[in-house]
Amino acid sequence: MATVKAAPPPADRRAADARQGADDRQGADDRRGGRLDSSLVLTMLLVLAVAAQGPVRRALSAPVMQSWMTVFVAVVVQALPFLVLGVLLSALIAVFVPPSFFARALPRRPALAVPVAGAAGAVLPGCECASVPVAGALVRRGVAPAAALAFLLSAPAINPIVLTATAVAFPGEPRMVLARFVASLLVACVMGWLWQRVGRADWLRPPARPAFDGHGKGAAFWGSVRHDVMHAGGFLVVGAMAAATLKAMVPARWLHTAADDPVVSILALAVLAVLLSICSEADAFVAASLSQFSLTARLTFLVVGPMIDLKLFAMQAGTFGRAFALRFAPATFTLAVLVSALVGAVLL
Amino acid sequence: MNRKAQAVVLFLVGVAMLRAGCTDLYLRYVKAGLRPLLLASGGVLVVAAAATVWYELRGPKTPPDPDPEGGSHEHGGHAHREPRVSWLLVLPLFALILVAPPALGSYSAMHTGTALQRPWGFPDLPAKDPLPLSVADYAGRAVYDHGHSLRDRRIKITGFLALDRDGAPYLVRMALNCCAADAQPVKIGLTGRIPPVVQPDTWLEVTGTYTAKQTKDPLGGGPIPFIEVSRARPVATPRDPYDESWNG
Repeated sequence: MATVKAAPPPADRRAADARQGADDRQGADDRRGGRLDSSLVLTMLLVLAVAAQGPVRRALSAPVMQSWMTVFVAVVVQALPFLVLGVLLSALIAVFVPPSFFARALPRRPALAVPVAGAAGAVLPGCECASVPVAGALVRRGVAPAAALAFLLSAPAINPIVLTATAVAFPGEPRMVLARFVASLLVACVMGWLWQRVGRADWLRPPARPAFDGHGKGAAFWGSVRHDVMHAGGFLVVGAMAAATLKAMVPARWLHTAADDPVVSILALAVLAVLLSICSEADAFVAASLSQFSLTARLTFLVVGPMIDLKLFAMQAGTFGRAFALRFAPATFTLAVLVSALVGAVLL
Repeated sequence: MNRKAQAVVLFLVGVAMLRAGCTDLYLRYVKAGLRPLLLASGGVLVVAAAATVWYELRGPKTPPDPDPEGGSHEHGGHAHREPRVSWLLVLPLFALILVAPPALGSYSAMHTGTALQRPWGFPDLPAKDPLPLSVADYAGRAVYDHGHSLRDRRIKITGFLALDRDGAPYLVRMALNCCAADAQPVKIGLTGRIPPVVQPDTWLEVTGTYTAKQTKDPLGGGPIPFIEVSRARPVATPRDPYDESWNG
């Protein structure tokens, strides 16, 4: 980011640009040679890793380390294509869709824009990794945060791919698909309205971004792709490490004792959804295999997982700021559990 | 991380994805259906790296603004945290290029309960001898069809070997829906002529017959059927180590 020539920051984006300024200064430091040049560090790191691969491999040959690494690599490899898809969409929105489009497409009143944006989540095919960068781009393009957040929560759960997977995983229970759709959309809308009522703009800190104005559209597009992949990708790695660690450590036994009590089983599967961080396209199959749990508990697993898990928390913190994620995640979790219990009681 | 270093990381991650997608390496981690997406995203990352370098070389050579306002007060370690998270992207890169961890094996299988589920139906089996069946197909028919379609047949099953705490052998295949994070084992107990010296994670092609013997998985209480082994021979790891047919 050394040569980004930051445009004069608007006053309200000062905080974000100050961070970007820090980024630029780091670049300036690189030029002066006063600090470590990151290209040099990267080269040294690569050479060191290649040179030391024998000992590293031996150190990682214990079975528990191997399965940790396999799950870690699998989560990253599986999520990266969807992340790239989301980043491309987000760059398209950022560069080629004028802000006036969203002003016309969405109802002016945020209270109405929330359900519209929530329902629009149905058109984004893919899992939750794609929706985070897209929601970030929507906020930057002037979409009301409440509406963008409704989209963020609903898109991974109610798109056709995920609903089809749910239908396939629960062949005898078509109501599961309906319940998942209703509960997810409901949580997304209520969270949007909640944000509109009690949310504060300063919690939502749009992260530092290079200003791409003044360059060509191509440069702006690829600059946005590069920035988002590096940024969200880093947080994806954090989430993947956490998920792999918990997958290796969560004993299967406590789950089975939890299945007997209706309330405990709902909470247990909600927590499990957060810890496992499974892609929303696959979570229905895992839920189907947890057959000792009630349908309502499994519905909770399906509603909570795409909205908040370790991987998503890391990515949301990276995209919207930590102050936001620390408030948004627990609220989403609580609401998702309550709504799924309610919807499950009515529909299942 | 400056832009050149970012371009290098993007390029390497893209190449690692392309390489995993072009070889069978990706099958250790994700389902086969993700391959086009892997290749496409690898391509996009390589193009993004090339575009970064290109715009870097021909971009306006304006010296960077030393950021006169606010240059000093944010100079603590705090302000640099955001771009630093990108460094973590080198971890999956090393893991994928240098280590390439194997597909989940007996360790995971023996720490997770069997995930056998009632199949949708029991279609008629072909009249081959010996009859090749998947681990999940045999287990489903043995448990939920009480072996009706399996009696008096010689059956051939491929899976890897896992030993429980007491050393009892199981033939296992991990069923996968999307990626290895959701992989779950389906287990069959081995009885009869078991090879005397067996290493966990060895891939075996077992030929045998149905037996009514069953046990419960101590993890989760799922049913584990047995097979009466007449012959077991080590085979190479299959191209796709996971069972993706199960669950549709």
